[in-house]
Amino acid sequence: MAESNLDTRGLLCPMPVIKTQNAIRKLQPGDVLTVLASDPGVLHDIPAWCRINGHKVLNQQQQDREIQIQIEVCDS
Amino acid sequence: MLAVRVIQEQGVLVEGVNFFTGFCVEGHTHAIRKKDQQKQKRNNALWVAEQLGIKLHIEDISEEYKDIVLNPQHGYGAHLNPCLDCKIFMVGKANAMLNKARQIAEEKGFDFIITGEVIGQRPKSQRKETMPLIARESGADDRLVRPLCAKLLPATLPEREGWLDREKLYDFNGRNRKPQMALAEKFGLLDYAQPAGGCCFLTDENYSRKLADLWQSQGRKDYELDDIMLLKVGRHIRPAPHYKLIVSREEGENNFMSGYKKQFHSVRFISHGGPLTLVDGSPSDDELLYAARIAARFSQGRDAESVQVEIQNKSGVGKVIDITPVHADDIAPSWYV
Repeated sequence: MAESNLDTRGLLCPMPVIKTQNAIRKLQPGDVLTVLASDPGVLHDIPAWCRINGHKVLNQQQQDREIQIQIEVCDS
Repeated sequence: MLAVRVIQEQGVLVEGVNFFTGFCVEGHTHAIRKKDQQKQKRNNALWVAEQLGIKLHIEDISEEYKDIVLNPQHGYGAHLNPCLDCKIFMVGKANAMLNKARQIAEEKGFDFIITGEVIGQRPKSQRKETMPLIARESGADDRLVRPLCAKLLPATLPEREGWLDREKLYDFNGRNRKPQMALAEKFGLLDYAQPAGGCCFLTDENYSRKLADLWQSQGRKDYELDDIMLLKVGRHIRPAPHYKLIVSREEGENNFMSGYKKQFHSVRFISHGGPLTLVDGSPSDDELLYAARIAARFSQGRDAESVQVEIQNKSGVGKVIDITPVHADDIAPSWYV
């Protein structure tokens, strides 16, 4: 299991979702990706993208304008 | 949404592709403007995919898409919308994805493309004559199926091969959406995006005017992603061909525009509440001062004798200065882009 980070701060949706998708394409099932973002839209869009593509959101938190979403890559 | 549901009804596995061009209305606008923050912050493509139970691939084509916007082979629509070229390009991209998927994993490959096009629904891109043109120029040929109006078109490969039952496809035609709405109701689809709602800024008259102004001021047709993002926000005021003010209209725009302070000259208000203002182009020192006086007209100190502002250059070097706001009549109506 590998852990990696993706910084999408300053980008507006759907770019954080696209970058998350492209990062996950290169990962293996069981890997964990942590996405940093600043657009509140990701709180809806990234979990929605994970649900329809079969990946699991492990954790999401927002502090001031910074958002962190942790995703476990699943075999989809 | 409806076209996918029609095909799913025949037991066919469908996956969605959504293309990000940079001109998409939703997403960015929701994030930027405070007045839009009450709106549901959903990405419609993701929402539709979830309702239909299909996977969705979102592809960033913003860089390649420039050529479509700048040099449309089939021309523009009512504004700077290159709808026909756009459709050919997107179907072509989907076709390339389909071919690539078939090469990589034959057993998991996809066999054809569907779109929600209806003959006569759009004056530029959805006409009887454009349907075969899109199929041919995109390279998808007879692997392109329009389930909502297929019965009005020649049978495609999936229909001839029996992968799809042509009798269970539709013959919708024209601008009237009532038949589609009735079919949606039959499928239990009660919530969907506005049937005739534009989802592209290029179909917007005001936005197209700002884009045309950008090209004219640059002396060439070109843009960067940041340019087209900033055309979505603020009041754009051009006192002279070589510089333009972007005056924030509210807090959400202020927050968004503050991310661009290192790329532009900026004006920030100190003594009074006022809008963050970016100055694009190459103004002289005097012109930058005049830009600050124009911006002050939109501040809470518009009628004050003196307003204190910080004018910052692109390097982040700022100077605090007292200025007098211009009179409302000093801003010529023609300066508003």
